[in-house]
Amino acid sequence: MDALETFRQETREWLEANCPPSMRTPMPEEESPWGGRNAQWPNPDSKKWLDAMASRGWTAPTWPMIYGGGGLNKDEARILQQELGRIKARPALTSFGIWMLGPALLEYANEEQKLEHLPKIVRGEIRWCQGYSEPGAGSDLAGLQTKCEDKGDHYLVNGQKIWTSYADKADWIFCLVRTDTSKKHDGISFLLFDMASEGVEARPITMISGASPFCETFFTDVKVPKENLVGELNKGWTIAKRLLQHERDMISGMGLGGGSAGGLGGLEKAAKDYYGTDGEGRVASPALRERIAQQKMDGRAFSLTLARSMQEAKAGQGSGAASSIFKYYGTELNKRRYELLLDVLGTQALGWEGDGFKQDELDVTRSWLRSKGNSIEGGTSEVQLNVVAKRVLGLPD
Amino acid sequence: MALVLNEEQQLLRDTAMQFFQERAPIAQLRKLRDSKDATGFDRALWREMANLGFAGILISEKYGGTDFGPIGLGVVLEQAGRTLAASPLVSTVLLGGSAIQLAGNATQRQEYLPAIAAGECLLALALEEGPHHNPTHITTKAEAEGSNFRISGEKVFVLDGHVADYLIVAARTSGKENDRNGITLFLLDAKTKGITITRSHMVDSRNAASITFDNVEAGNAQVLGSVDGGSDVLDQVLDIGRIGLAAEMLGLVQEAFDKTVEYLKERKQFGVPIGSFQALKHRAAVMFAEIEICRSVVLDALTALEERRNDVPLMASLAKARLAETARLVTNECLQMHGGMGMTDQFDIGLFMKRARVAAVTLGSADYHRDRYASLDGF
Repeated sequence: MDALETFRQETREWLEANCPPSMRTPMPEEESPWGGRNAQWPNPDSKKWLDAMASRGWTAPTWPMIYGGGGLNKDEARILQQELGRIKARPALTSFGIWMLGPALLEYANEEQKLEHLPKIVRGEIRWCQGYSEPGAGSDLAGLQTKCEDKGDHYLVNGQKIWTSYADKADWIFCLVRTDTSKKHDGISFLLFDMASEGVEARPITMISGASPFCETFFTDVKVPKENLVGELNKGWTIAKRLLQHERDMISGMGLGGGSAGGLGGLEKAAKDYYGTDGEGRVASPALRERIAQQKMDGRAFSLTLARSMQEAKAGQGSGAASSIFKYYGTELNKRRYELLLDVLGTQALGWEGDGFKQDELDVTRSWLRSKGNSIEGGTSEVQLNVVAKRVLGLPD
Repeated sequence: MALVLNEEQQLLRDTAMQFFQERAPIAQLRKLRDSKDATGFDRALWREMANLGFAGILISEKYGGTDFGPIGLGVVLEQAGRTLAASPLVSTVLLGGSAIQLAGNATQRQEYLPAIAAGECLLALALEEGPHHNPTHITTKAEAEGSNFRISGEKVFVLDGHVADYLIVAARTSGKENDRNGITLFLLDAKTKGITITRSHMVDSRNAASITFDNVEAGNAQVLGSVDGGSDVLDQVLDIGRIGLAAEMLGLVQEAFDKTVEYLKERKQFGVPIGSFQALKHRAAVMFAEIEICRSVVLDALTALEERRNDVPLMASLAKARLAETARLVTNECLQMHGGMGMTDQFDIGLFMKRARVAAVTLGSADYHRDRYASLDGF
């Protein structure tokens, strides 16, 4: 047996012994394992599962072991993914630290910073939030104004961030701050600090979906130790851009549910249930049926494109240009899917709360509203198209 | 699943690219069109293509083919699409050759396949009877008369029908006019008594024909596959054709788009290149996204054929529908972005649009294939 097969066998046995049965069921939203100092564990198995996975570094399988990661190579990580998928295991940790900050720290942070922060991310001890957008700096992110002054033995931060995801629940923030007002991109630095610091205040914003995942975050004379600067002073924009790439990759995956309708099964099943069928078992509305076919085709085409991009990268072929469309295409596809679901469910997708609606139906309503943000957050569709036009097509400014 | 080309396929792509750009550029299509060429393609060029192995790509080496397989053929068709090269690739290789390969008996294979691979035999599939693709709507009758058949009926939009040496005719031997069962394929010499062929001049300057069959006599030896079982063969042949056409359309949209991006960088108005206007940038970027998506679909459909996957029909409909839509979007947008010059015959963009429309309806429009996709997918 070759080494990879041995690894698969051992992994399978270990998962069998360590993944609690309740962690192999679909995950309700409220059981999302975000970790952190104030973590809530409505299901105690979530904590057990996190600790087990973290003990092997498998919440961050490819990170080096000295930083608490799993130290797996790509093939091993793929096998781990497959084995987790095989038993339908829930993610052990949902974490901006894993998806966004960690990769940036691995690339740009100094050794002390890596040793300090990465293991706590792996173990889910510290929950991170992202301090990027400001009221005056959305698509024009580099126009940010949150001021960071050098006070000799510390930095002093004053300003306001917005759309800070879960700032009210996070322990630490990775934050873009202005350290030079005479330059735009070259006056930005990348700073880490504790959200428990004096002068930090996070106020949740109620969104059209009724949920409040985002906050306005205010900084008033927040003192930050100087060792919390990542990379060089005024060189934060490079880190910021790289991190945005990780964020966009994370968001584009949303388009992959091409034909799914959450708890209601596939789009076509929902259509048959809510519209009925004709004598030949087809969705009763030909117009709706055609739109579902279109959506399913586009979903399949998109996932094939993600697969092609991965294969090209592995084979060292292609320009990697295809990946520039993922965020745009995936989010637009996801928005179209929810619009279609709304039409499939009719008035049953337009309930807000209470009797008369199944939970799955109410979830569609809320998710439809939430999906509108997909093409705004992490770089709007328009910004993505600008990037394609400039970087890929070489169209002039 | 292979969504990238292997070395052999890359080599074939480079050979095909060079060949079509040098030997069959768009200027050649214009020449054929403007001289009202009776054949509609260049026979000498077709022999050159055969010498390069393009005519025998789907034919096994045993019968003189090169057996590069469906992905190889897709690679060649994509390059042919880039220069709008007129050739019998669709009629003779994708459709006719596949039908004989799949359904022909030993004698038929031996008789036709080596000739096809050598570029010496042209075939045409006489299938359609109306303006919309409908492979089960067959009213052309083949009535048994002893051990022979007598065929009568009318066919339209027979690709390369006016130059084909042999016709594969779908005729009804039993059942009602829309039944899937009861269709039989006949392989007939185009010069058989009772066959009248009229060339149709299509907007893309390629070839098609209307053909009438008046009591045409056919023997048992001319039945391709089994009597009444033609649909089983047709389904497979048509899917090969659909996927091949999608590959051709991929080349077509890529070339039209590349030309247009160049134009956006060159053409100046208000003192700046028009490609600096965001109204055009975004539309160009959207087209880029659609073409990237299409490329993945075509590669996977070709792979499905190559690996004989059981989702070939589904992928054929996905590829044909997706490419037809994107070809419409891209050619319309490219024409608009060329402004008044795009409306002139002097610029090539109109030729791309014309070919795009014909390729889009050949073997089923996007509407046809969305409907088929839904049925195949069980809704």
